[in-house]
Amino acid sequence: MNTQSQSTDDLRDLYRELILDHARSPRHFGKLESTSHQAEGINPLCGDKLRLYLKIDADQTISAVNFEGSGCAISVASASLLTETINGLSTERALDYYANVVYLLTGVDAANPEIRLDLGKLKALEGVREFPSRVKCATLAWHALHSAINNTNDTVSTE
Amino acid sequence: MTGRSAKKPTADASDWRGSFPALHQEINGHPLVYLDSAASSQQPAAVIAAVQTYQECSHANVHRGVHTLSHRATEAYESARDRIADFINASNRTEIVFTSGTTDSINLVAQSFCRPTLKPGDRIVISHLEHHSNIVPWQMLCEQTGAELVVASIDESGQVDVSEITDLLDERVKLFALAHVSNALGTVLPVKEIIGIAKTRGIPVLLDGAQAVPHLPVDVQDLDCDFYTFSGHKMFGPTGTGVLFGRESLLEAMPPYQGGGDMILEVSFEGTTYNDLPYKFEAGTPNIAGFVGLGAAVKYLQCIGMQRICQHEKELLEYMTMQLSEIQDIRLIGTAANKASVQSFMLADIHPHDVGTILDHQGVAIRTGHHCAMPVMEYFGIPGTARASLALYNTRDDVDALVAALHAAHKIFS
Repeated sequence: MNTQSQSTDDLRDLYRELILDHARSPRHFGKLESTSHQAEGINPLCGDKLRLYLKIDADQTISAVNFEGSGCAISVASASLLTETINGLSTERALDYYANVVYLLTGVDAANPEIRLDLGKLKALEGVREFPSRVKCATLAWHALHSAINNTNDTVSTE
Repeated sequence: MTGRSAKKPTADASDWRGSFPALHQEINGHPLVYLDSAASSQQPAAVIAAVQTYQECSHANVHRGVHTLSHRATEAYESARDRIADFINASNRTEIVFTSGTTDSINLVAQSFCRPTLKPGDRIVISHLEHHSNIVPWQMLCEQTGAELVVASIDESGQVDVSEITDLLDERVKLFALAHVSNALGTVLPVKEIIGIAKTRGIPVLLDGAQAVPHLPVDVQDLDCDFYTFSGHKMFGPTGTGVLFGRESLLEAMPPYQGGGDMILEVSFEGTTYNDLPYKFEAGTPNIAGFVGLGAAVKYLQCIGMQRICQHEKELLEYMTMQLSEIQDIRLIGTAANKASVQSFMLADIHPHDVGTILDHQGVAIRTGHHCAMPVMEYFGIPGTARASLALYNTRDDVDALVAALHAAHKIFS
């Protein structure tokens, strides 16, 4: 029974209220008209597909960020939280968040970021770590961010 | 043989279930409820034991040595061919070509049967229901030859339209490749009727039987198809095994698919004489242990009888469909009158991937996503579905556990 209640706790930890709220009502959702950078992220395994739009000013400030697409609760919530987090930040700081989130989700030492940030709301994503098959859903938008800022214009795929 | 595998299944699904060791475990603190057999089925103890016995006592290369083990390995491998020929009622064992799976079987037909003669203006016809393995090999073939791929449509229930197919099958069509049972929706296609129409126009027909063979009695002579393809791992055998049935006269005329050992009679640098059927299409050392396991799986199915399995699954699918349809906010995808084994669905606006995770945490294994049939998902305007698929070992208890787990998913997202 311990295993059973542990597993139920894991599930509640994954689908926290904050995650469900962002999945139901994603922030900054929809196409951004005047965009300077964008990237697409796809997760072929489950069909998640999103496009991230950024407006990066001359001083490297992200002055607008939106996303559109469809996906599971985890990928949509993660993308929504991303837009709330990086809006108004420098691209450098946004990439610091990218590194911190990837480390939070994967715990891989190689991803250990040089600068540790207080992740605030983004900590709601940490429950995903207990669900290896869902980590890619949560990292999808962040990899798209990395691609968009680096202007590679590539489609990011989890596979 | 273990004691368990020696027990001949005679009673019902709960007895059959006892033959499958993998089903008797807990997942996340719950008894495993395995409803993903359309992706890959579990193996009975008889199959596991047959593979192990082969590895321990009989392994050597086939068709090569004069020593005892080589003889045993050859006999074990070839007796699987005899059993499979009997199982699908092929008129001759030479019509049974061993491949790595349905995908391999279809690619073989595309490249060896179609490619040498296909030219611009010719057509290959498939349906909108197909698995990617019965789409992409034909797209590649058409790119190689300049032929055109034509797709027969489906309706809202997930069934093809025979009158539309009748119109499509004109003199330009060089092959019609069709699923016997849809993997994403469970639709049983009216293949016999369609083959009858194709025959009157001299058009060869390939059936993708991967989702049919584990669930329905299949008789290739009665169907009168030219090619029939299926996979071992969906019919309680090991992965990496597949079968191509081909009409002997067609296989005889086809060039080899791959060159190598075992597919030759004589090799010199001036030229090579190819081996007889079916070995002409089996280059290289095959997956011997895999086919020994597949032979054991077929024996297991024959012991129970496909008619009984079909009847059991039909009743269980009706029960599952009824139980699912009573869940609030559920949308059943695939509602054709004639179906087998599979029910796809969407639960409210919850993404199938989330449904899958929540179910897994209650021990219920289902498939979520596009099921390698993206055009089907596109037709229904959805990114994917949750899919529960049945096999002979499932029971009403499994369906009840599925329904309870779906209620829990609904609650989390409500």
